[in-house]
Amino acid sequence: MLFEDDPPPRPGNSPEYTVSELSGAVKRVIEGEFGLIRVRGEIGRVSRPASGHLYFDLKDDRNVIAAISWKGQVARMAIRPEEGMEVVATGKMTTFPGQSKYQLIVDDMVPAGAGALMAMLEKRKAQLASEGLFDPARKKPIPYLPRVIGVVTSPSGAVIRDILHRLSDRFPRHVLVWPVAVQGEKCPAEVAAAIRGFNALEPGGKIPRPDLIIVARGGGSMEDLWGFNEEVVVRAAAASNIPLISAVGHETDTTLIDHASDRRAPTPTAAAEMAVPVRADLLAGLADLNARLARSQRSLMDRRSQRLSDLSRALPRLDALLATPRQRLDAATQRLGSALSLAAQKKRGLFAALASRHRPLALLTLTARKAETLKARAATLDDRATRRLERATARLELFASRLAPALTRLKGAASRDIARDRARLAQAADRLEAFPKTLASLTLKLEALDRTRQTLGHAETLARGFAILRADGQVVTSAKEAAKAQSLEIELHDGSFTAIPSAAPAKKPRPAKPADKPGQGSLF
Amino acid sequence: MTEKPIADLSFEEAMAELERVVGALERGDVALEASIALYERGAALKAHCAAKLADAEAKVELIRAAEGRAVGTTPMDAA
Repeated sequence: MLFEDDPPPRPGNSPEYTVSELSGAVKRVIEGEFGLIRVRGEIGRVSRPASGHLYFDLKDDRNVIAAISWKGQVARMAIRPEEGMEVVATGKMTTFPGQSKYQLIVDDMVPAGAGALMAMLEKRKAQLASEGLFDPARKKPIPYLPRVIGVVTSPSGAVIRDILHRLSDRFPRHVLVWPVAVQGEKCPAEVAAAIRGFNALEPGGKIPRPDLIIVARGGGSMEDLWGFNEEVVVRAAAASNIPLISAVGHETDTTLIDHASDRRAPTPTAAAEMAVPVRADLLAGLADLNARLARSQRSLMDRRSQRLSDLSRALPRLDALLATPRQRLDAATQRLGSALSLAAQKKRGLFAALASRHRPLALLTLTARKAETLKARAATLDDRATRRLERATARLELFASRLAPALTRLKGAASRDIARDRARLAQAADRLEAFPKTLASLTLKLEALDRTRQTLGHAETLARGFAILRADGQVVTSAKEAAKAQSLEIELHDGSFTAIPSAAPAKKPRPAKPADKPGQGSLF
Repeated sequence: MTEKPIADLSFEEAMAELERVVGALERGDVALEASIALYERGAALKAHCAAKLADAEAKVELIRAAEGRAVGTTPMDAA
């Protein structure tokens, strides 16, 4: 437009450009005039070709400017440009001579206006949450008493002073401050690099590896704190192996790093309080524990020594235990001497009595006396034997003299008897001839008698279950006798056997015997 | 009892064990020999904790970084 307003060229009067010369001149003018500008506008049509560059329009209600962001610039951008987004783009103007176009090369772009910013923040938050970066399970416990604390913040300003001050109040520690820009363009990259840098330190290395990281920044506008919403910071915080406390802005400000950190502190001072316990409290607690330790040990010992002395009091004294036996021993000892000599004396007396009787002379006398007696007895024995022999011989002679007449007398009597017997024999022979006749009748009579005998005799009675008791062949009829007998022969109808009466006559008399007695008694 | 060397215990672990030791002694249900051992361990734990508490030197250093790596430190005024 600018050039179209020029008066029509007059030959020879105005210089003549080639198209390229003109295009180049225009380019120089435009680039020189608008080297670095910020433009506020709404993103219009957006195109993302495979090249990775971003082509879009920036517009307001009346005009439009073509805009380009090269691939590298797009990657660094905090926001992902989308149609309808209200943005402030930073860049420079240039031309595209091939199409006679002018356009804005956009270096960076931030959302313009809170609404848009919040919407973008929510979107990013959801995106990162879906990756699990905010998962509570990822959160590491804050060490109770870290030795070294790494602080990522600005080395100047109130924040680091507040933190150091609170730390030294509570528990002075070794603090490593990693200086970063806490706002502006460099902030996200520096904060992320600092977090990674602390994690990269080797344990035991020249620079000690922190046990805890605090990422801190004082209060500010949303835009001031924006760096802590950046993905690179959030990812670095989530990836930190060292427990991390975030303390960005005031209590009401929440940035995305707060979701990824292991703990969020409302203020930097609060972060210092979370980081270390109060040393004085610990000292007091330790002193208390130590006192309790000593006291409990002492009381344990006291209780035991008390128990020991109680027990030892209950234990009888040795003297008391031994007093009686000792006394008995003394008494016995005393009596032992006299008892021994007394016993010896007694035995000696007995021995002396015996010994006096057993002297050899006395023994000889005794032997002589016994021999004398023996000899006298032998003499009387001889006399007596002779006398008895003489007496027996005399009686024998007497019997012999009487023997012959007796024999004669006996012979005469016998002859007479024989004659008489012969006569009687003849008589008997006569009667014998008549005998067979009488024998038959007698046999009948005998049988009749025998039957009677049998019925009356004891055999039948035995067959009826009675028994005869005999002791030494004698019939026993009384229990008294039976009890006295060594053995009893018991006869039953079909034989007999021997029984031994029980040694002790039973307390309970055998019921069978008395019952049998009357029956037996009647039989004999 | 877990006889981890006391030197390896963190302050918190040592403190917790000291609490247990004191508790056991206060209940008084330990044998005499064990109580002596417990007392000694308690004393050692206390000394360990006290040493950790005594080690409370404030030291503030500023990291010097190059290409994202810490290459050294500079003492910093804690003011």
